[in-house]
Amino acid sequence: MSVFDVQGLGVAYGSFTAVKDISLEIPRNKVTALIGPSGCGKSTVLRCLNRMNDLMDATVSGKIIYNGEDIYGPEVDAAEVRRRIGMVFQRPNPFPKSIYENVAFGPRLNGFKGDLDQLVEESLRSVALWDEVKDKLDDPGTALSGGQQQRLCIARAIAVQPDVLLMDEPCSALDPIATLKIEDLIRQLESSYSIVIVTHNMQQAARVSEMTAFFSVDIDDEHGMRTGALVEYDTTEKIFNNPGNTRTEDYISGRFG
Amino acid sequence: MSATLSRQRKRIADPAFRWFVTLAGASVFVILAGMVIRTTNDAWPIFQYQGFFSFLTGDQWLAGSSRTDSDFTGTYGAWPFIYGTLVTALIAIVIALPLALCVAFYINQLAPKRLRNPLSYSVEMLAAVPSIIFGMWGFFWLLPNVLRPFLEWLESTFGWINLAGWKPFEGPVFGSSYLAAGIVLAIMILPIITAIVREVIAVNPVDQQHAAYALGATRFEVMRKVVLPSSFSGIVAASMLGLGRAVGETVAVMMLIGSTKSWDGSLLSAGDSMAAHIAARFGEATPETTKALMAIGVVLFLFTMIINIGARLLVWRIGRVSGDAAV
Repeated sequence: MSVFDVQGLGVAYGSFTAVKDISLEIPRNKVTALIGPSGCGKSTVLRCLNRMNDLMDATVSGKIIYNGEDIYGPEVDAAEVRRRIGMVFQRPNPFPKSIYENVAFGPRLNGFKGDLDQLVEESLRSVALWDEVKDKLDDPGTALSGGQQQRLCIARAIAVQPDVLLMDEPCSALDPIATLKIEDLIRQLESSYSIVIVTHNMQQAARVSEMTAFFSVDIDDEHGMRTGALVEYDTTEKIFNNPGNTRTEDYISGRFG
Repeated sequence: MSATLSRQRKRIADPAFRWFVTLAGASVFVILAGMVIRTTNDAWPIFQYQGFFSFLTGDQWLAGSSRTDSDFTGTYGAWPFIYGTLVTALIAIVIALPLALCVAFYINQLAPKRLRNPLSYSVEMLAAVPSIIFGMWGFFWLLPNVLRPFLEWLESTFGWINLAGWKPFEGPVFGSSYLAAGIVLAIMILPIITAIVREVIAVNPVDQQHAAYALGATRFEVMRKVVLPSSFSGIVAASMLGLGRAVGETVAVMMLIGSTKSWDGSLLSAGDSMAAHIAARFGEATPETTKALMAIGVVLFLFTMIINIGARLLVWRIGRVSGDAAV
């Protein structure tokens, strides 16, 4: 049972083709990792999954079927897509508001009618931040440590009760201990959400994901064009222990990238 | 091998530079103090003669002809000019601020990428146009072609409004009026407010905007809930700059307000503002009237100070609540 069915996805920024011809099925309630060297388009693909690429003037071709509906279809409201498919960014980006208001921002935006205090508490509990911040909910979110800020951002994302969480290198700005906490958290969240994570860190992909997609850069020597492409997509175990493609093997074993 | 870390060469430039910048810094206070003391000192006999409070509230202004610091013969009630300044500046800011926010938002978020730079250059160029140009254009073109018909329409449609004795749109319509001056002032301060607001919006952190988009916010919601709150102090600063320009504006107001000393509360009637009155009268003023005009200047200075302090307090108060980074 897949949550996304990506069919022949291509993305261009102006005349520059970032990725082309990507097809993959992303399973529901599992963690899927997108790995690959810089410039391979893994973040570009991730940003297509909730139409964040719209904000960067990208031209998207192909289809992304989410729950049977093409999210790039003509009738689709991008804001609604993003409400269902949450996103956590590379650098922790809490709003310059209180911890409470950071988590309450999304629910308020979407007209949440229930017990907001309870929702904030639940969201903070599910990222294991509640005990650390319950006495200072009115403090600014920006005053927390980097790892805490990132967990706050995850709490903010899940407070709107999305279906999918996209994570764009969520640990790249964090220290190893904070990284481990986020990884633990990702594994816990897996039962409730479908998670797609982009990471530079291969060990991280191996630790947290069930499925791994390896992207690489195709270089067209004639025109000097560099285009991202999906090389191999399989279970994480297979990708890391018995890759079917020599480029994957070279990357995994550290021979390039 | 001792003392190798001590000073090896003479430095003359360092202390000289320090003295120079200290002096430059101090000059700000010297100029400010000199200006305040001198004008207040010159205006003092008038405040004593008329009484400060009755100077502010009286609505009779009759120039006197005394040549000394005593034996004043005039009556000095500056209220008509104070009213003119306040009302025109208020009209200007009420019209200009929302428009400026919209224009800045459009340039920043909605305009096609290749139009953004030309648009913001044009706005900045407009901000540098001298006010006499706005005054002339306002008087010779805007007033007869746009403002007069508009004022007449206001009078015929809303002329009946009566707020506890204050009839804001009561006729007759002459054209030159508080409202005409206020509208031209609004057009005049629109570019400077827009230019600053646009820059303030442009430096708003993109990653926070993306965070809001990722939660399902629309462009408008991102603007209203993320960009505007954290740009609050910048927007207040821009408004204050615009308001300051409107309060102190002389030439453009002089050309459009009608320059009468009589006071009538209707926005459609002619009046005068503090700055415009000073400029119009000091050339022909007797020594006594010169002092009275100085007194208007002191009041004008007080007003700009109050506006500035008010803005600081506002930024400080609201900034504390909204977590504005600039506070």
